[in-house]
Amino acid sequence: MLEQAWIIPIIPAASFFGILLFGKRLPRKGSELGVAAVGVAFVLALVTQVQWFQHVDDAENESEPTEEHAAAVVDIDSESAAPVQEEEQPAEEDGGEHASIEPVTREWTWFQFGETEAKVGTLIDGPAVMMLIVVTLVSLLVHVYSTDYVGGDRRYTHFFAFLSLFTASMLGLVMSKTTLQLMVCWELVGVCSFVLIGHWWEEKANSDAALKAFITNRVGDVGMITGVIVLFFAAGQTFDILDINTQALNGDISHLALLVASCALIAAVMSKSGQFILHTWLPDAMAGPTPVSALIHAATMVVAGIYMVSRLYGVFWEGLSIGISSVNLLALVGGVTVLGGAGLAFVQNDIKRVLAYSTVSQLGYMVMALGVGAWTAALFHLFTHAFFKACLFLGSGSVSHAVHSFDMREMGGLRRWMPHTFKTFIIATAALIGIFPFAGFWSKDEILAGASQLGGPGNYRVFMVVGILGAVMTAAYMTRCVYLTFFGEFRGHGQPHESGPRIVVPLWILAVLGVVAGLANLPSALAPDSVELRFEHYYEPVGAYFPSIMPEFAHPEFSIGIALVSTLIGLTGIAIGVAWYTGRIGLRGITERNRLADVGYTTLVNKYYFDHLYTGVIADGTKGPVARGANWVNQNVIDGVVNGAGRLATVTGRWVYAHVDQQVVDGAVNGSASAAQGGGQVFRQLTSGKVQQYGALLFGAAALFAGVFIVFV
Amino acid sequence: MVAQNIFFYVIAAGMVGAAVAVVTTRNVVHAALYLIAVFAGVAAQFIILAAEFVAVTQVLIYIGAIMVLMLFGIMLTRARIGRDVDMTNDHWWIGVGTAVLLAAVMGYALIDRWGDDALPAERQVNAVGGSNTATVSDSIFSQYLIPFEIVSVLLLAALVGAIVIARKDR
Amino acid sequence: MDDLMLNQFLLLGAILFCIGVYGVIARKNTVMVLMSIELILNAVNINLLTFGAANGDVAGAVFALFVIAVAAAEVGVGLAMVLIIYRNRASVDLDDVDSMRG
Repeated sequence: MLEQAWIIPIIPAASFFGILLFGKRLPRKGSELGVAAVGVAFVLALVTQVQWFQHVDDAENESEPTEEHAAAVVDIDSESAAPVQEEEQPAEEDGGEHASIEPVTREWTWFQFGETEAKVGTLIDGPAVMMLIVVTLVSLLVHVYSTDYVGGDRRYTHFFAFLSLFTASMLGLVMSKTTLQLMVCWELVGVCSFVLIGHWWEEKANSDAALKAFITNRVGDVGMITGVIVLFFAAGQTFDILDINTQALNGDISHLALLVASCALIAAVMSKSGQFILHTWLPDAMAGPTPVSALIHAATMVVAGIYMVSRLYGVFWEGLSIGISSVNLLALVGGVTVLGGAGLAFVQNDIKRVLAYSTVSQLGYMVMALGVGAWTAALFHLFTHAFFKACLFLGSGSVSHAVHSFDMREMGGLRRWMPHTFKTFIIATAALIGIFPFAGFWSKDEILAGASQLGGPGNYRVFMVVGILGAVMTAAYMTRCVYLTFFGEFRGHGQPHESGPRIVVPLWILAVLGVVAGLANLPSALAPDSVELRFEHYYEPVGAYFPSIMPEFAHPEFSIGIALVSTLIGLTGIAIGVAWYTGRIGLRGITERNRLADVGYTTLVNKYYFDHLYTGVIADGTKGPVARGANWVNQNVIDGVVNGAGRLATVTGRWVYAHVDQQVVDGAVNGSASAAQGGGQVFRQLTSGKVQQYGALLFGAAALFAGVFIVFV
Repeated sequence: MVAQNIFFYVIAAGMVGAAVAVVTTRNVVHAALYLIAVFAGVAAQFIILAAEFVAVTQVLIYIGAIMVLMLFGIMLTRARIGRDVDMTNDHWWIGVGTAVLLAAVMGYALIDRWGDDALPAERQVNAVGGSNTATVSDSIFSQYLIPFEIVSVLLLAALVGAIVIARKDR
Repeated sequence: MDDLMLNQFLLLGAILFCIGVYGVIARKNTVMVLMSIELILNAVNINLLTFGAANGDVAGAVFALFVIAVAAAEVGVGLAMVLIIYRNRASVDLDDVDSMRG
């Protein structure tokens, strides 16, 4: 299956065409095709997973033939996509030391230009296998959920077709062998995102949001294309990801080229993964159906940027000097996003927008982790985040299904009517905040430990502070969100009710994963050897194409201090939130009393004025002022020149008239004036305004001149 | 070779006749149909010149796409389909004069310069075991990559421009 | 008469070109003028390919292809302009379009 992994994306792709062609004629309007295809893809992904584990173990056995090694006992069922914690493996040494694990690749020539061959293929290694599981599992659950959620929609078939296409392109993206293939799939998922955000395009707001997402992503794509082209030429005309990484780490590519390429690619990450300052499309993208938000804008597509960085990590590692610096662009972008996104989440009334900004903030954590060199922590957070954030989104969809609104001001007290949604939402929230022992605790903790321990002489400590601040804010805004939705009195209309099984079951599966996914990478300090750091062990690549061969590359150690601090911080955040909404104490009404707070609040409500910047300043700026400037130049400069010339001519004319004209030239002038008039009359005949006569003149003159050339030259 | 020559002259005569008909017929649709004949003749000449890929493109683009556009243009502008009294303007004699002048100059220049040069008998552009088509595509995507990209952008711009010019709601 | 001569292709191109020029100058209907322009472009293509064959060079074919692409763009924009002229003036007669009269 490792060699045959290309089958996995082909299945949903086939289902896309199948649904488009026959969907409407099927009894369930095509949804059964989509669910079946993604289900098969999920099973195949599990098989790939098992074989990958065996592959890793085999690689280690070969390097250490003396060690006794039991056969891998892998017990996987559909309810535990984080099966690593259930495995029993004999002890072995830490991740950095074992022999290189060859990725399984396969490639075909796509097309050829000149001497260069553009290839496509599959590259199966740790991160690819991990993403296969995440994408297929979340996609499967979202498919099931959607059969209820968008049931009866007028474009039901169309919806499932594009969910299938999205799944196919995302799977193609995660197993890309070449940067070219990565870019093509990158664009394909963007198109699917565009189509699905605008699913209900009859409302102007939705189609505007889709356009905004599409256009903002084009801005980042300029960076993507630039980066791919720079790498192509810098690495000696190859698109191959492994080759590029190996060359970058060997020092075969100049540092400048790597720096340029990584900065350009960061622009792509900023747009695709919703990092400041190109994040503005992501909250608007919530105009799409909720399952789409869960799948595309929380769990999978938006992490494409993080995945791309992790794929080309050799390039970023060398280009940004991640191992030896104390601050770099990647970490900076991530850090700003962590705080900026979390701040915005406070003032939203739309539950999905709270979650969207939360996603922005969490993606910031991942980018920051990659920036400080904590590769495994970033991917681990990606892994856990995909489950609990999808759960939160699907939960919000379930809530809106019940109260027919996304506005939290029309919710409240829903825990009585929707016990399952409430429980899963609480679990996922705890995971997001990072309460022990939920999934988010482990992954966020690893990021914080990475920020405090990795890096060069100056260290990345400042990002640890950013991360802790972000954690407080996360806890507080999620408490606000949960309180407004599930506690207090019901403020909406009608009678809310719990959703059906096709909604509740996926919620529970994701919630369970939100609890257990964190166990995939238990730190060695807390766990027996057989279950420690399974995630790192199986998913982190080992080989010449990954910076783990570099001396600076390290894994952060679990630190009980940081764990305690981050837990306390989380609890503090919750306490603040609870105090605010139940005890009515704290800073209530501060916006009326304190000017600074008011300014801050207004800034947050206006989303730091980014939208004003983009539409008002940049877009209008390029039409208004340019036009006004041109007008000003026209009025002042050109008119001035003309008027000045006119005045000069008048003065000169008077002088000439007085001294020369009257006495000397008068007669001659009169003669030539009548000559000019006669000539003018002749030429006036020629400028008839008839295009064809001009054409005749043109061709005739050309023929004449050609004749002259032939005769005389 | 003689066979090729015979083909050339037969096709050339047909082409010139059809081309004259294009610019003299009084029926717009007939003019379009004659133009198709000219295009087909041009494609045949391309094949004689061993440029089969250009010939195929000629058929696809000119006969397939451009002529369809032309016919649409004729119908959308509701030009009278059928005999039109006067399809030639009052200055047609200028046109005759210019054309004859051009023909004379060019004919003299061509005969003067390439009086009796023959085309090489082996017109296959010799690639290493490849056909003409392979050579053409190779050089488009390597040596002439930038002109190619510029032409693509030009086509896109023309497409957008045509839509913007022709759409109604402004 | 045994070999194909360079000149026979070039003269064919020249004749087509001149016929096209006549059409551009003398035809009344705008669509007909566009057709004549196509004739001119085709004449150019014949010349390009002939010289390409004479030199054993592929450049002639490549640029003929570019000319075809440009011709497609030209027809698109040209017909759009014809449409807008027709919409504004209810006529496609070039004699009526003389707003550039001096």
